[in-house]
Amino acid sequence: MSATAAIAAPRKVRRRNAVLGLLAWVCGIVFVLPMVWMVLTSLHSESDAATNPPSLAAPLTLDGYREFFGVGGGASPWPPLANSLTASVVSTLCVLVLALPAAYALSIRPVRKWTDVLFFFLSTKMLPVVAGLLPIYLFAKNTGFLDNIWLLVILYTSMNLPIAVWMMQSFLAEVPTALIEAAQMDGARLPTVLTRVVAPVAAPGIAATALICFIFSWNEMLFARVLTGVVAETAPVFLTTFITSQGLFLAKVCAASLVISLPVLAAGFAAQDKLVQGLSLGAVK
Amino acid sequence: MSAPTTTPQAGTRDIPPAARPRPSQAGGGPSNRLRAWVTRAPLLPALVFMIVVTQLPFVATLVVSLFDWNALYPEARSFSGFANYAEVLGDAELRDSVVTTVLLTATVVLVSLVLGLLLALLLDRTFKGRGVVRTLLIAPFLLVPVAAALLWKHVLYNPEYGLLNGMLTWLFGDDAPQPDWVAEMPLGAVEVALIWQWTPFMMLILLAGLQSRPADAIEAARIDGAGAWQIFRYLTLPHLRRYLELGALLGSIYIVQNFDAVFTITSGGLGTANLPYTIYQTFYQGHEYGLASAAGVLVVIGSLIIATLALRVVSSLFREEARS
Repeated sequence: MSATAAIAAPRKVRRRNAVLGLLAWVCGIVFVLPMVWMVLTSLHSESDAATNPPSLAAPLTLDGYREFFGVGGGASPWPPLANSLTASVVSTLCVLVLALPAAYALSIRPVRKWTDVLFFFLSTKMLPVVAGLLPIYLFAKNTGFLDNIWLLVILYTSMNLPIAVWMMQSFLAEVPTALIEAAQMDGARLPTVLTRVVAPVAAPGIAATALICFIFSWNEMLFARVLTGVVAETAPVFLTTFITSQGLFLAKVCAASLVISLPVLAAGFAAQDKLVQGLSLGAVK
Repeated sequence: MSAPTTTPQAGTRDIPPAARPRPSQAGGGPSNRLRAWVTRAPLLPALVFMIVVTQLPFVATLVVSLFDWNALYPEARSFSGFANYAEVLGDAELRDSVVTTVLLTATVVLVSLVLGLLLALLLDRTFKGRGVVRTLLIAPFLLVPVAAALLWKHVLYNPEYGLLNGMLTWLFGDDAPQPDWVAEMPLGAVEVALIWQWTPFMMLILLAGLQSRPADAIEAARIDGAGAWQIFRYLTLPHLRRYLELGALLGSIYIVQNFDAVFTITSGGLGTANLPYTIYQTFYQGHEYGLASAAGVLVVIGSLIIATLALRVVSSLFREEARS
């Protein structure tokens, strides 16, 4: 390398970095643009929302949100939102209660062939949901569980349990064993060890697991669509009523989509750092 | 709950290794089996729950698939052996949906992997507002899938007042082309919406991969005069192999099962019905329980084969490349 090149390099590198940084910004903005447009549309009146070319500077209004919350008549979104909340929160709690001991038996004090067990859990995730749908539907129909939110709680628990076991297994593996052995020497039994020793140390990981399970339950639509009706309808099923809408409804559909996505956005950003670990089932740290 | 002596603080006491209870030291003949069960006990609730909720329905699906059973004619239910399978395999609609599923999954996974890799490479450097850009890029992944599909269907693709055609009007004036996106490229419309949602996922996985790269090896290569492309080709890419595989596999598992986007954007019309949608349709609207179950069983077999094959093919491909 010649002397001039060595001096010129930093400036060139700096310029290249600036260009690539700018490019990253452009990409980020392009990706988020549809969502920005969605927010803007939700704040427009229906007639301003449906113009071509789009009206950027139209006056802002909360009519879309009022319409969505059923102020002007129409179905109220509160029961579906409450159903979604019940199904997501309760199933997440069930997942934690089942997954924490299981992860303990797969990492801290592993059973024999613990990798086989771990892969059994993963394999259930690869079974297409749709293959088990019919028997579950028939079971629900014959036992009166159709259109019952507790059925969704059970199904969402089973849907998220493998993810939670994989995630927690990798989080618990990081808990120092000396800590657990000390507690056991003091005579603590498993529930105490889990709640008093393991849980506090692995708390950030457990919280991330919970948030991810919450997101998946909140998003789920196929089970909810087939197994619920008027009573236990969840928020995504409520959204499907917009699929065939006619006339002016863009502001309302944007408001609805945003409000219903809000819990997921909040949970996702809260778990941002652990999101990859959760989505890759603990394989990526 | 036992004594309150077991607070987390108790664990911070330093215990000499010799004082730790070792299961092997305490070992006795018959108590070993008991101990094995004590070890297994915490696992059992989760395991039993999973078997009951996910495996039993599948067994039931297997059984139902052997019956000629239409819910509208319940009295006509009869054992039919493998007739349902023959009908499913001979059914043009179902075969089409297999092709659609493969196309949809392959396109979405490959395109979002490539885009995700490019974005991850852009984000794997320091620049002003890196955290903000990362957050912007993750946002599409955090929309409820049905909401994202509705956004594309109504707000972006709509031929009269959608944003895409609106932008065409901005650019080319009143005589700009105004395509009906969903009608003209139905599968593409579904794919673009899914790629938009799944690229962030791939980016996150690949970014984690990039950040776990050994920095000293790259520094050494740079000092030895390796160019950016050479470093990418011979150091970064081989290191990313595991992460690319993982992204492709997880993406395939999720997208093969996609129902929300197809259901929302095209309602399975215009040749976009994938397997989950077709099975849903067969059982939920066609009431053909036996047929739907047989199709379900075939989907399970198919996805198991794909999952196994994909793993092998991808890893051997990369091993060959690493050698050459």
